[in-house]
Amino acid sequence: MNAELALAGDALVRATPLIIAGLAVAFAFRGGVFNIGAEGQLLVGAIAATAVTLSSGEMLGRLAVVLAIIAGAIAGAAWAWIAAELKRRFHVLEIISTIMLNFIAIHLVSFLVRGPLQEPTRIYPQTETFIRSARLPVLVPGTRLHMGFALAIVLAIGLAWAFKRTAFGFRVRATGASPSAAKVAGLIDTEKTSLIVFLVSGALAGIAGSVEVSGVTFALYENLSPGYGYTAIAVALIAGLNPVGIIASGIFFGILETGASALQREFAIPSSLASVVEATLIIAALTIAAVRGRHTLIQPVKS
Amino acid sequence: MDDDPRADRTLKPAALALYDITKRFGAFTALESVSLLIDSGRITALLGENGAGKTTLMRIAFGMIQPDAGSIVIEGQQTRFNSPADAIAAGIGMVHQQFSLIPAMTVAENVALGGKGRFSFDETASLLRDVADRTGLSIDPRARVADLGSAERQKLEIIRTIAHDAHVMILDEPTAVLTPRDTVELFKQLRTFAASGGAVVLITHKLRDALEHADDVSVLRRGRLALSTSMSEVNEASLVNAMLGDTPHVVTSKESKPAGSTVIASLDKARLRDRTSGRTMNVSLQIRSGEIVGIAALNGAAIPLLRMLAARSQTSTGSATLPARIGFVPENRHDEALIDDFSLVENLALADAGKIDGLISWSTIERETRTVISQFDVRTPDPNTSPAKLSGGNQQRFVLGRELRNSPDLLVLENPTQGLDVNASAFVHEQIRHARTNGAAVVFYSSDLDELADLSDRVIVVSGETLIEVGPDRDAIGRALLGAQPVDER
Repeated sequence: MNAELALAGDALVRATPLIIAGLAVAFAFRGGVFNIGAEGQLLVGAIAATAVTLSSGEMLGRLAVVLAIIAGAIAGAAWAWIAAELKRRFHVLEIISTIMLNFIAIHLVSFLVRGPLQEPTRIYPQTETFIRSARLPVLVPGTRLHMGFALAIVLAIGLAWAFKRTAFGFRVRATGASPSAAKVAGLIDTEKTSLIVFLVSGALAGIAGSVEVSGVTFALYENLSPGYGYTAIAVALIAGLNPVGIIASGIFFGILETGASALQREFAIPSSLASVVEATLIIAALTIAAVRGRHTLIQPVKS
Repeated sequence: MDDDPRADRTLKPAALALYDITKRFGAFTALESVSLLIDSGRITALLGENGAGKTTLMRIAFGMIQPDAGSIVIEGQQTRFNSPADAIAAGIGMVHQQFSLIPAMTVAENVALGGKGRFSFDETASLLRDVADRTGLSIDPRARVADLGSAERQKLEIIRTIAHDAHVMILDEPTAVLTPRDTVELFKQLRTFAASGGAVVLITHKLRDALEHADDVSVLRRGRLALSTSMSEVNEASLVNAMLGDTPHVVTSKESKPAGSTVIASLDKARLRDRTSGRTMNVSLQIRSGEIVGIAALNGAAIPLLRMLAARSQTSTGSATLPARIGFVPENRHDEALIDDFSLVENLALADAGKIDGLISWSTIERETRTVISQFDVRTPDPNTSPAKLSGGNQQRFVLGRELRNSPDLLVLENPTQGLDVNASAFVHEQIRHARTNGAAVVFYSSDLDELADLSDRVIVVSGETLIEVGPDRDAIGRALLGAQPVDER
């Protein structure tokens, strides 16, 4: 098969965790929760998926992938729940706690791949490789594009639908837009809604992590994520927190990052150029949002 | 203009003169060639309906916005303000509707705020002594602002303005948060300031305050100056005429009818807790169908009671028996009734957001929204507009319509006409009466005693730790409220 197709596949592969984690960020931000911890939730999701796959992959066959993704979602939600509970009990700002939890998750991965989950030969700091049946099936032959991408699209459309059409999605939006009006005019239990937002956001980020290990790396190791959880914030913001828009912005970032690696390989152009372009875009998007005055994060003070 | 009673002002330049001020916001002309002279030693009332341009004019005088045309002259010198700092430097002071004090800081620290250099308690205290010597207005510089009541805070704002060498003091609705007693005290303070050579500009809705306390009056109507004269030349009727122009003044007539026998809501030794003061009180109360119960209270003391009746808070002891369908109109529309980022349709859906599950049928809700818009005469381009784009009166019409659309058994309102113009207020009153006619029980809190007396069948005064019931009579309400306050012997 030709190289262009493979490269296009790689871009979409790269976009997959960005889209899913971007949805996690967007869901949290729309619900008034400033979850900066998609990175950490993604990593614990990857850990859980790896643990499930390695322990029961042979036994379960094809079902192992499904279980791995579910385990990743649960782990991500649990990781986010820590921040939710810290906020509820001690009023710890989630912006702080989720970032801190990112570092814990990063080091947890380091510990696990050198300790309990290290591959049997004890040479490499990584886990055993997943058996073939426990991997996400490839979507387009000749590329590495896996089912995870389809899942990302389904999740994005599902989230958009939930925001627009369901009472639950509406409660999340109302709580995010104005907790006081949601409580007084809408009689919404905003504390409960906020907890659910934490959990769902964490679960989505956890799915991103499990999809990455089950679809791309087939093993857990350090630096599994080149900052997917942070780039996801940019992906979400540039899409204006719109789930369907996140598909486009996620793919865009995927192309940018894959293309940058290719440029470095072929023409020795530093791949950090892509980071410069990304950062410039984020500043531009935030400025446009601020000027329009419709952004939840940086709404200008009304006089 | 020989017949102008104030023609001799040319001998002494006005403390603040605005000439031919014009200000446009897009296609909307907020002010059209308005001229205003403010004299030293006098209190000038600036009257007008909502949207008449009072606040815009004063923001221009305070440098918060710049006029498109016209000039500002202070003591005979033409000036230009690029920011409030320029205005303050030129001796203009503004006392805002929402107090701009930092509660955690002391009086002295708040006074020093915005000054230059290092903070020195002694210097600030001596500055405050100077002000006290000059004007007789004194305040303890060591007191923490958090411990001061709203009247004291306002006094501090005034003292701070004087301490910053203001010759012209602009007050935006200063009596909105004050009790009748504190209002009298405020005007004494303003009079003292004026007597010491200052000029006072009083922006107000309350004709009574203006008539009783101001020396000069200017009236704005739809961005134009409708009247500018000395207070001795006018009376209530001519002021109303100047404010409203040709629009007929809506006269609300008093009608009362006996309450129904059904008890709609009852509190039995329910414990109310005031979150700001931390005080608790136990309350027993019955509200019947077909009656309007007015609640009078000082400084938001009625809020815990209203929130409980509206099922927005729970009681820890005793019991509260409330109907299933309750309409609630909170005082703070922006924070508690409406979501600016949402459309009107979504804001309508908000009312049921806590109850519903599954899918939302937006077409049904949009139809309901259209019904509310037409029945309650909400002026909006379409149902998908944000409420932030509507005027305060139209926002309140929409909120009322939303809360009344299912004919609730109980309607609870907090200061429902605050900040609304005459017509919008009349509409709110009409709807409250209409709800009563339909058999609903209505409980409303108002800081305006006249409104309480006009609208209520009976009035409950929240007084300290008890409730006192009085008839719908202004004096009786006022007395019960004053009795609630410990008499200050100083």
